[in-house]
Amino acid sequence: MSEPVLEVDNLSVTFRTRNGLAQVLDHVSFSLGQGETLGIVGESGCGKSMTALSIMGLVPTPPGRIAGGAVRLRGEDLLSAGERRMRSIRGNEISMIFQEPMTSLNPVFTVGEQIAETVRLHEGLSQRDALARAVETLKAVGIPAPEKRVSEYPHQLSGGMRQRVMIAMALACNPSVLIADEPTTALDVTVQAQIFDLLRELQDRTNAAIVLITHDMGAIAETADKVVVMYAGRIIESGTVGEILADPRHPYTQGLIACVPHFLANPPVERPPLVEIPGLVPPLSDLGTGCAFAPRCRHVMPRCRGERPPLMAAEPGHEAACWLLDEAVPA
Amino acid sequence: MTGTEQVAAPEEPGAAPLKVESPIREAWRMFLRNGSAIAGLVLLIGVILVTFIGPQVYPVDPFEIVWAPLTPPGVDASIPFGTDYLGRDVLAGIIHGGRATLAVGASAAILTVLIGIVVGALAGFYGGFVDEILMRLTEFFQVLPPLLFAMVLVALFTPTLTTVAVAIGVVSWTQTARLTRAEFLKLKQLEYVTAARAIGSRNGRIIWRVILPNALPPLIVSATLIIGVAILFEAGLSFLGLSDPNVMSWGLMIGSSRSYIIDSWWAVTLPGAAIFITVLSVSLIGDGLNDALNPKLRER
Repeated sequence: MSEPVLEVDNLSVTFRTRNGLAQVLDHVSFSLGQGETLGIVGESGCGKSMTALSIMGLVPTPPGRIAGGAVRLRGEDLLSAGERRMRSIRGNEISMIFQEPMTSLNPVFTVGEQIAETVRLHEGLSQRDALARAVETLKAVGIPAPEKRVSEYPHQLSGGMRQRVMIAMALACNPSVLIADEPTTALDVTVQAQIFDLLRELQDRTNAAIVLITHDMGAIAETADKVVVMYAGRIIESGTVGEILADPRHPYTQGLIACVPHFLANPPVERPPLVEIPGLVPPLSDLGTGCAFAPRCRHVMPRCRGERPPLMAAEPGHEAACWLLDEAVPA
Repeated sequence: MTGTEQVAAPEEPGAAPLKVESPIREAWRMFLRNGSAIAGLVLLIGVILVTFIGPQVYPVDPFEIVWAPLTPPGVDASIPFGTDYLGRDVLAGIIHGGRATLAVGASAAILTVLIGIVVGALAGFYGGFVDEILMRLTEFFQVLPPLLFAMVLVALFTPTLTTVAVAIGVVSWTQTARLTRAEFLKLKQLEYVTAARAIGSRNGRIIWRVILPNALPPLIVSATLIIGVAILFEAGLSFLGLSDPNVMSWGLMIGSSRSYIIDSWWAVTLPGAAIFITVLSVSLIGDGLNDALNPKLRER
């Protein structure tokens, strides 16, 4: 693989809350190259969306604060870039797709105007040329009759259509990094598959790097090359999609994979119970010194409660932050 | 049910027979369904026609003495509404004075809305320190009695139409500012604002081009109602003698004839009726707009 397009290096973000300082992201690192897809997985509140906002430079400050680390786009540090430079990167070199296609489009403008806006901002096209580009982009994301749809308002489109419009908006300027923050959570299952297919197809065409944020292990299996599993603001396991799915090392990852319901052609009368991970993600302002997952872990050991495990290599390129790995390798 | 399900064609994506209708068109359609709103619109068009075309049709100088003072209506066909205490034609006063009243009302309302929107938008969008300062300023203006404050402002400068309009604008923007701020506080949290940031929009663009258009419906309604309030305000100031004595206006007519109200009701009541009709029409329109622009009141 050549030089990485996007590099996140020991990124830490804190939020001031009523209950004190919350470590929302704690030394998060990953990188991805052209045409690669990185999946970020975890439950709600694990810091997935905050990672996306940090890359975009959109963490609300205050109460948020970038406490340390770096985000590099082709070697350029984005955290120290000025607001003007960031504006020229957003939507142009790094784009983002949001979770709720119902609310992420402005209801008072036509979809064409909204796509054209991006192009006008970054390429200085005239309204007429920008609208022509909007039609082109709508066609590229598989919207039928784009000449007609371009002058429609968001409320006239279905959820899947709106998500396609969001993708069109994000791709209008051919970005090199696309961040998709739970792009299919709000959609029907059948539409979800279409959107993932579309993303993959567009990636083949544009060679963009995609950061796919999701809690859907199935989506990860379908689309991602590399996977990062986050828990309570930390990366607790990372590796290639094959390694993570076939041989998850962290009990949390094992739990996430086990949670996915399986289809049985002939379900037995006595159906096996669905696996669940007991408990909830702990409040980030109250993590203690041990492993954050310890209270929910089936394999918890005394050591887990006192000492936080660092990321340890399970095999080359596959790391997990769990003392079980340490036990396996005799010290 | 099972029988009809088979007949129903599956929804073809992209071929939905949706009629493309802009939000403005839709609101207009809703507005036209409202009887009292149409009545208001007709009344207002009538008032505007009378004040802008009337002077050509009825070219009598409102300051000219045409008959004996305090002649009641119906004495002579040339003075259908009678004369005031100086013998000036009341009908000419109503027709010619409407222009000043409407102009002051409209420009004061525009000024009110402009100040209110700018202050409210900046306070609501930036929050924090900016919000604190702007809201304390708003409260300062809010606690001053508006009529008294406007009187002071007009009295400080020469009373002309412009100073009266500015004075009304300066004392009445607080409500619009609060309304705008509340809308911004609500709207700035929505995802499409973050989405606008994510495509690289500047703050200025987000405030005026992304959030403001969505905040407009309640603001349009309040602006319409403010026109009525501003017209009443202008009449009140004129009544107290704080208006340009060289420009005929409805308030000036009422104010100058107020000592004769017992003996000659027409010189006060008829311009008063003109004000009443105008304010009523504007309020009806504002009410109709409220129903048309508020999606919660809309029946599908």
